[in-house]
Amino acid sequence: MNKTWVTPGGVHPPENKLQSVTQGIGQLPIPETLVIPLSQHIGAAAIPCVEVGQSVLKGQVIAKPAGVVSIPMHAPTSGTVSAIEHRPIAHSSGMLAPCIEITSDGADTWIEHEGISDYEHISPTKLVEMVGNAGISGMGGAGFPSAVKLNPGRQRPIDTLIVNATECEPYITADDSAIRERAAEIVEGIKILSAILGHPHHIMIGIEDNKPEAIEALAPHIEGTGISVVVFPTKYPSGGEKQLIYILTGQELPSGKLPADIGMVCINIGTTYAIKRAIIDGEPLVSRVTTVTGDAVGIQRNYDTLIGTPVSHLLSHNKYDQQAGGRVVMGGPMMGFTLPSAEVPIVKTTNCILAPSYAEIPDDEPAQPCIRCGMCAEACPASLLPQQLFWYAQAQDHERLEAHNLFDCIECGACSYVCPSNIPLVQYYRAAKGEIRHAQDEKVKADHARERFEFHKERIEQAEREKEEKRAARREAALKAKANPPAADKTDGASGKKAEAKPSSSAADIIAAAQARAAAKQASPEDQQAKLERTIAATEQRLIVAEEKLAEAIASDSDKQAVFSAAVENTRQKLQQSKTKLAELTA
Amino acid sequence: MIELISQNPILAALVALVGLAILFGALLGFAAEKFKVEGDPIVEQLDELLPQTQCGQCGFPGCRPYAESIANGDDINKCPPGGQSTINAIANLLDVPAPELDAEHGEESEVKTVAYIREDECIGCTKCIQACPVDAILGAAKLMHTVIADECTGCDLCVEPCPVDCIDMLPVEETIADWRWSIPVQPGQPGQMIATDRRGELENQSTSGDAA
Repeated sequence: MNKTWVTPGGVHPPENKLQSVTQGIGQLPIPETLVIPLSQHIGAAAIPCVEVGQSVLKGQVIAKPAGVVSIPMHAPTSGTVSAIEHRPIAHSSGMLAPCIEITSDGADTWIEHEGISDYEHISPTKLVEMVGNAGISGMGGAGFPSAVKLNPGRQRPIDTLIVNATECEPYITADDSAIRERAAEIVEGIKILSAILGHPHHIMIGIEDNKPEAIEALAPHIEGTGISVVVFPTKYPSGGEKQLIYILTGQELPSGKLPADIGMVCINIGTTYAIKRAIIDGEPLVSRVTTVTGDAVGIQRNYDTLIGTPVSHLLSHNKYDQQAGGRVVMGGPMMGFTLPSAEVPIVKTTNCILAPSYAEIPDDEPAQPCIRCGMCAEACPASLLPQQLFWYAQAQDHERLEAHNLFDCIECGACSYVCPSNIPLVQYYRAAKGEIRHAQDEKVKADHARERFEFHKERIEQAEREKEEKRAARREAALKAKANPPAADKTDGASGKKAEAKPSSSAADIIAAAQARAAAKQASPEDQQAKLERTIAATEQRLIVAEEKLAEAIASDSDKQAVFSAAVENTRQKLQQSKTKLAELTA
Repeated sequence: MIELISQNPILAALVALVGLAILFGALLGFAAEKFKVEGDPIVEQLDELLPQTQCGQCGFPGCRPYAESIANGDDINKCPPGGQSTINAIANLLDVPAPELDAEHGEESEVKTVAYIREDECIGCTKCIQACPVDAILGAAKLMHTVIADECTGCDLCVEPCPVDCIDMLPVEETIADWRWSIPVQPGQPGQMIATDRRGELENQSTSGDAA
């Protein structure tokens, strides 16, 4: 007998499991139309690869995975693709999502498929690929693509494989009945998983003690296989990944970590059956066991349901009395959600359709103020402080919510269940989580926009700079053309040509050009002499004019007298300078 | 030494205090040099809080210039895209009371929008491309332009320069991927009945239903 640990908190709601488990797994007639949503899993939605009007066989790929974290979709029965459009799906928002509709031909003809029996001799990579191609995603609830979970490219080896047969939520008996009838195949699936994961040391099937028949059914098949069935006391919620790992191993999964980070893989027992079908029989995931229960349906039972079967088909087949029950819930009473319409299809994660009567599950009582009784904190299986989270969620204080580990909340609903004020606590947490995620997304977007804006600014500035440089270069070239008359170019070949050959704007070139011009001036004494003579003549002229003006100013006793006398003096000096220069030049 | 101190206690205290003052002054001066913060951290923090739409509704050419202006004492309620939540966040950061949004600069809109160019009508003038602060419009002269919706911040700046008015600001539709739960109606809020009212109503409903 394996040792088990006890998780904190938890509640014991009425189990209500017996009514649906007395009969075996039933078969439903094939519905006329099936609707397959393209996103039934965590990750990118699959991309349709069929066209409207195309006929498909059961098990044929109708949508291809989009990226690594995605799964393909297969036709659940043979027929024709009658529509690819947005349809209502099983989502709390009640929004439409892209789906493929198949009108069945009633023949249910399988596509050609082939499995392999000696999986021991096939590489794990190949097996994982087969699991991925079969479109298997976790069937316990979250719907994480199994091939990604089993991907061997991980950091540390897996030493513990945990198979989750807990099924702790009231009413649901899909896994229980599947184990009773398909124990051999389930154990086969676990062996395949063990082969994929490189034969981990511990392989445990975690199961609550309220399923004695299932435990008994497993017993003969696990003998000598190294697989152990670990039975522990029934408590809600024990089936959460973190809770089950603690119950079975005593190890706490650190916040924000995956089981693989501590060398574990946790797989739902329904998924192991699907893996067996995929590898041994070569069948993709096209059906699953779904419980139909609640007092509003006449027959409460488990069915092997094709993926894509409308809920209304299940209900009408089970004598659903609309008068008796007001709503239809997908999932259990604790974590399930009310369906927006009965036309939504069954998906790979649908373990239960619950149609309770008013008496069974009354409408939500109006919430009353929190009286701070603290019962929610006692019930919380994640050891959080639901009351504090409630206040912070109301105040939308994201920082404090994160500091109180809101994201470790598994949304099990135990706190809402025990709340004497009927406060819908989980909805507050979901809303707060949504807000925080939204704020994070916005932040990422804002950062991206900032980056682009800065780049835009930089680009504009650079363009401006380049323009300015070009303008400067042009100005320079124009100046040079003016200062360098053709004659000067001829007299000074080397440096002048060099400067002209490269009309570049760099400082060195500008200096070189200036030097060349200076040299050109000095190199022609005749020019200079002529120029100086012209200057002397002009200055003499100016001097005469200035002297006249000065005389006038003195005569009229103007206050500009000083200015004119300075001008005369200035001109006289310039004349003197020019004369000296001319004397030097001619000497 | 001890004698000297006991004889001139006041002098000794003075000397000791002055000595300590010089020591710590030097230490602080050293620390100020050594751990000097480059740039203005408050501007960075403010810029982080602003929505980065770069729309200029605040009167500044972009979010960062507005952040700089706030750091220099400008009003914090000039950002309509950020809305009240941004004002609150900035008020929280600066430790000042949060004012209402200044209506002069525009109103906070509930829905996010992105620009959409009616491509048949576009004449390819590139004016919107030049106006876009985040380079989210693709196109060339005399060729049709289009908006890269993922990069568009919904700033409106491209609408005005368009000579043929072919740019619309369309609301971003909510998809199933970004749908979020809403906070439940809280007890005591308007529109919320008290428990006994509701119960009475339900009973009436069920009895009438039975009668029918």
